[in-house]
Amino acid sequence: MTTPFYVSPEQLMKDRADFARKGIGRGRSVVVVQYADGICFVAENQSRALHKISEIYDRVAFAAVGRYNEFENLRIAGVRLADLRGYSYDRRDVTGRGLANAYAQTLGAIFSSGAEKPYEVEIFVAEVAALPPDDQVYRLTYDGSVADEHGYAVMGGATEQVIAHLKEHYSEGLSLTGAVRLAVDALGHDSEAPRTIVADHVEAAVLDRTRAQLRKFRRLAEREVTAALADG
Amino acid sequence: MLPDAFRASGSSSFVDFLASHAPDQLPGTPIPDGSLSGVAHGTTIVAATFAGGVVMAGDRRATMGNVIAQRDIQKVFPTDEYSCVGIAGTAGIAVEMTRLFQVELEHYEKIEGAVLSTDGKANRLAALLRGNLGMAMQGLAVLPLFAAYDLDLGAGRIVAFDVTGNRNEERTFHSVGSGSTFARGALKKLYREGMSETDAVTAVLQGLYDAADDDTATGGPDLARRIFPMVGVITAAGYRQYSDDETAAIADQVIAGRMTSPDGPSAPLA
Repeated sequence: MTTPFYVSPEQLMKDRADFARKGIGRGRSVVVVQYADGICFVAENQSRALHKISEIYDRVAFAAVGRYNEFENLRIAGVRLADLRGYSYDRRDVTGRGLANAYAQTLGAIFSSGAEKPYEVEIFVAEVAALPPDDQVYRLTYDGSVADEHGYAVMGGATEQVIAHLKEHYSEGLSLTGAVRLAVDALGHDSEAPRTIVADHVEAAVLDRTRAQLRKFRRLAEREVTAALADG
Repeated sequence: MLPDAFRASGSSSFVDFLASHAPDQLPGTPIPDGSLSGVAHGTTIVAATFAGGVVMAGDRRATMGNVIAQRDIQKVFPTDEYSCVGIAGTAGIAVEMTRLFQVELEHYEKIEGAVLSTDGKANRLAALLRGNLGMAMQGLAVLPLFAAYDLDLGAGRIVAFDVTGNRNEERTFHSVGSGSTFARGALKKLYREGMSETDAVTAVLQGLYDAADDDTATGGPDLARRIFPMVGVITAAGYRQYSDDETAAIADQVIAGRMTSPDGPSAPLA
């Protein structure tokens, strides 16, 4: 009988984390920026059909990086959870915090279970409120940890450079066009030599508190992104 | 951790998800035999198409036998940006079914990233109705009227149903509920092809006035409380509910006309 190799729990978790991080680092980043009227998500995405940013509920939206099938799976679960809660209770009872908690537990359980490989995803869950200070942005990582973000946040590959750019140029109370421009600029600063990202490759959406409808989520059309980028 | 049902791939339908994960939350769970009293009923809904859209209106009365259960019930509900449902029949079940239908449309839209076709929406509503057949046979029937602006056709559409979910599309106007016979008779004489929006709203308010005139369960305009029918209009710009003031302005004209001719405007004989 052969004795199985002993692998310390620390090493096991480290290996799983490295595996997940490597998968996530391969993809392009997603930026979230809070602006005067809400929360703006910007991703570099060449596909028109496969979205990285999505609506979950009235005031709640979702953005993700990493493996498409895995975050799509989580997105659908989130929509089901939100719709079920809104239907059984009331639309106002669906919150970003509740959704972030459900995701955190799911990601955490998958990460530490030996049966499944860890998900190679990172997720933003954001909720827009009536006033800017009450807006919430949560960032969830592959192991189920949750961070509360303020002002701006980035996830995906090469986040340090993108964060550095945002830190330098972000100010509170940005306009929507300003927020889109800043986010696209920041996404272009992910390597030593800054790139220019064309509007065609930008996926952008907002949670806009000024929208009259209950559903505050809105995708920005390509011409809106083009106009925002041309503004500066 | 989210239960597996949430992460299972498959259906884009919220109703299917409820049926598999939380069937107790679906409306239409079997009820024991026995007689029910004190159930609120909604009464008359009318809808008419016009050039560029469709209008739907409902009176505001809910009855419980001979008693008026509510004077200002809402019976016309937007179900998404381009559709609405008006309900007649057992109010409790009808409102719940409409709520489920709203979630169903929105759920599909979010998961698929595309809006259901008008026929797709009507079919989903028919399926919900069929699910309620057992309750309908016990006397708790729901009769919805569905109206939508079809973006592909560029026109308003009206679909009526029976309790078994049979679909029946009307091109011009339709009415459901206890006062529908009278409202339909009125609209038959008042409806014109290619009416303007204001004319169409006036016509449906005339229809509801006639329904209230001859049907005890349909509420007429309540002048003392300033309660008027609820009016929703769907055009290429989406659903819009008329404000109380807007409806009151048109309703006041209708009522002023009835002061001199109580039976309303007369149509030419030939």
